[in-house]
Amino acid sequence: MTMNAQLRWRKFVSNFMLTMTGVCALISVSVLFFILGYLVYHGGAAINWDFFTKLPAPVGENGGGMANAIVGSAKLLLLAACFGVPIGFFGAIYLAEFSSSKIAFVVRYAADLLNGVPSIVIGIFAYSLAVQPFKHFSTYAGGFALGVMMIPITLRSTEEFLLGVPRSLREGAMALGASKWKTIGTVIVPAAYRGILTAILLAFARVAGETAPLLFTALGNRFWSEGWNEPTASLPVMIYNYALSPFEDWHRQAWAAGLVLLALILIINIVARAILSRGISVPRA
Amino acid sequence: MAATSTTVPSAGPLAGSRSFFDRLRDGDEIARLITLLFAASVVLITLLIVYELWQGSVLPRHKFGFAFFRTSVWDPNFEQFGALPFIFGTLVTSAVALLIAVPLGIGAAIFLAELATARLSDALEFFIDLLAAVPSVIYGLLGIFIVVPVMRDVIQPALKNTLGFIPLFKGPAFGIGFLTAGVVLAIMVIPYIISVSREILLSVPRDQREAALALGSTRWESTWKVVVPFARTGIMGSIFLALARALGETMAVTMVIGNTPAIAASLFSPGDSIASVIANQFTEATGELYTQSLIELGLVLFLLTFILNGLARLLIVLTSQRGGAARA
Amino acid sequence: MKRVAAILLMTFGLAAFFVARAVLSINGAGASFPEPIYSKWFDEYHKKDPNVQINYQAIGSGGGIKQVTEGTVDFGASDGPMNDDQLKAFQDKHGFSVLHFPTVLGAAVPTYNIPGVTAELNFTPEALAGIFLAKITKWNDPAITAANQGVTLPGNDIVVVHRSDGSGTTYIWTDYLSKVSDEWKTKIGKNTSVNWPTGELGGNKNEGVAGLVKQTPNSIGYVELIYAIQNKMPYGRVKNSSGQFIKADLASVTEAAAGAAKNMPDDFRVSITNAPGKTAYPISSFTWLLIPSKFTDAAKRDAIKGFVKWMLADGQSHTEALAYSKLPKEVVSKELTALDKVQ
Repeated sequence: MTMNAQLRWRKFVSNFMLTMTGVCALISVSVLFFILGYLVYHGGAAINWDFFTKLPAPVGENGGGMANAIVGSAKLLLLAACFGVPIGFFGAIYLAEFSSSKIAFVVRYAADLLNGVPSIVIGIFAYSLAVQPFKHFSTYAGGFALGVMMIPITLRSTEEFLLGVPRSLREGAMALGASKWKTIGTVIVPAAYRGILTAILLAFARVAGETAPLLFTALGNRFWSEGWNEPTASLPVMIYNYALSPFEDWHRQAWAAGLVLLALILIINIVARAILSRGISVPRA
Repeated sequence: MAATSTTVPSAGPLAGSRSFFDRLRDGDEIARLITLLFAASVVLITLLIVYELWQGSVLPRHKFGFAFFRTSVWDPNFEQFGALPFIFGTLVTSAVALLIAVPLGIGAAIFLAELATARLSDALEFFIDLLAAVPSVIYGLLGIFIVVPVMRDVIQPALKNTLGFIPLFKGPAFGIGFLTAGVVLAIMVIPYIISVSREILLSVPRDQREAALALGSTRWESTWKVVVPFARTGIMGSIFLALARALGETMAVTMVIGNTPAIAASLFSPGDSIASVIANQFTEATGELYTQSLIELGLVLFLLTFILNGLARLLIVLTSQRGGAARA
Repeated sequence: MKRVAAILLMTFGLAAFFVARAVLSINGAGASFPEPIYSKWFDEYHKKDPNVQINYQAIGSGGGIKQVTEGTVDFGASDGPMNDDQLKAFQDKHGFSVLHFPTVLGAAVPTYNIPGVTAELNFTPEALAGIFLAKITKWNDPAITAANQGVTLPGNDIVVVHRSDGSGTTYIWTDYLSKVSDEWKTKIGKNTSVNWPTGELGGNKNEGVAGLVKQTPNSIGYVELIYAIQNKMPYGRVKNSSGQFIKADLASVTEAAAGAAKNMPDDFRVSITNAPGKTAYPISSFTWLLIPSKFTDAAKRDAIKGFVKWMLADGQSHTEALAYSKLPKEVVSKELTALDKVQ
């Protein structure tokens, strides 16, 4: 091939492949919109004020809502975040900043293994630790199970982003005399914050929709759950029960609950990014 | 001011030159110890789970031994338990999922990181992240209501007609089965690949790209041959996340996989996975041997994850080159 | 400013979570088959007595047995009675026994989806056993056509759908098949989860089976009556022990229980599949509440006893609207006497 022909070919390949990546992105995003559309179409009718304020009604009676499930999910996620995020975040700091490569290898491996544990097994594990000895199901146990599931994603992703911070930033801080922990707190973490936040929100999103672990820990509740030591309703469990029931009205409510759950995560996403946004970040390449 | 080493990563100050309490006052040692504690707790939790699984599966381990891995019979009534069909199902569905999700995901991540404007990229990423938030139950239901009919009526017949000579695409097609489960899993794991890969690609220093372009490469060549390899380990990390998710996914898989302990060459065949069978049978399992056999299945999955992760890491180490830190 | 807003938001949010109420909370878990009627009952009872909140969650019959034995719930519920080993396990763990109280009756029906066939099919026990044993593989097999003279059945392969999750419905179905087919009894047996012959599909819960059957041409599956009704699916008649082809409905199911009521053991653990009676539906079953015989918390005990009494009286009037059959009178009076055993 002549130089010109070769160049044309390479350019063609370049344009083609880049278009293909666009197609990939398009496919991925359209799946989401399709799912959203489906949920709205099938569950939209069930979303009304009652849905957010009333307790579940027994079958046969129309109406009723999932107020207790919405609050229950919020409580569970709060507990999960309190347990899972610090472990993942600070653990990642250790891996990225302090540890030797051997220890880092072991911890990373352990995190990947933990990530692969089926949600049902996490549920069984949490049951034996947090339910059986205490002889009752509770919101605490559910939060614990979900928190454990948040750890690996938070840990691995945060570590990747911390390590991605350019060396120049670190050395700059050191050169100015900052101690290690100061460097981490004031330079490295802020530089990687976007990725870290993404990681945490991703972990959050994942556990928000988990059903199996909750069945063994928080059980479920048709009424309001008092405090943190009682079984509690949650959106995923409600979806599971309602969708697999024979009643049309409950089916609609299940789709609606799916929509509400997504909306909840969306809101948390927006709020978290808004509150935690800073003016400084590493300039995009 | 006592000096601490500047290379990263490293641990501890110059050995032996200061007492423990002097180091403590620096703040760095405390930071190190505290974060060590958190990192250690991750390992602790994992070990605890393994311990519980080990303790909880005493009976079948003694009764079946290694035959558990080889036998295909799962009979709760006559108390014969073998894990082979479930191991097969887990591996097949995860493989299908990754085969679909990895190219799609990396492609999309490249688009979002390299081609899209910042606004578009952020907006699209926002929506893709939502895919991770869809409850697994909903994925299962959507699988049943949408994917299964499409598979049964459109895709599987099409595959049969075109590629039917390959054993993978032979046999009766009901819509549910390995292929459908793999497709549903692919959709579930794609957000992890895209979101993490995109962030990693964005963090690749500008000069890498510019150097490649300056040397006359096309946009694609600079992306594929320079930027992506630089971000290799991060992208591999995202694939690890996706793999783990696929191996352990319970709810969605159990609704579309057909729930028959079958080992078949055809992707159209119904089958079962470890997570799915545990989820289906655990609450109803009566009798110690039955319950414990299900727990042993959990242990088997753990072992599987262990081996797969090890193989993948080996792969990274063997193929690692300069450019980007080689981390296992 | 943003920080202050965030902190305020969080404090308000947290404050909303601490709701105190002086209500008696009772937790129960178990069978999913009776969940619709239980949810109705507990709701009605809460209206009657607002201080009592009975929370029931359907985690499966086995789950109900397990959790009540563990003591994590106050009562359990199961479609299949606890066997002797399970009773002993409870006794050993707690030092007192657990009691069974039948609540409603249900039926498992064979539902099918055969393109071009809208008629109600008749199934003999031999046909059902043969189909589910994967011995009868085509719809126009003589074993099936013999009982359906007026219907043209196609020569298509039968796709069999069963429950993939452990279930009381499976227990009832396999219990029936074990009674009518020796081959089934020796090869497969009865349990909440069995080793189904290869080539059959598994669906998740009743709804999953119904969904699969609805979507898959030439399929047959077994579901609880109400799922077939609600999903508007055809279901067949089954030949009972008197030789009649009976369709499952409220009357035929109660008839099955009435036949068994005469010989009801004191602990109410009885199988009523293939029950005697001319119009009895052969694949019927009780479903039970599992109540410990001793309570340390007197308030809980009284609340549960009060509920059972109400359930046996007013509660029974709600069942038929939800396609559950009432308990026969003889059983009700026996239960009221047995209730005194709960201390």
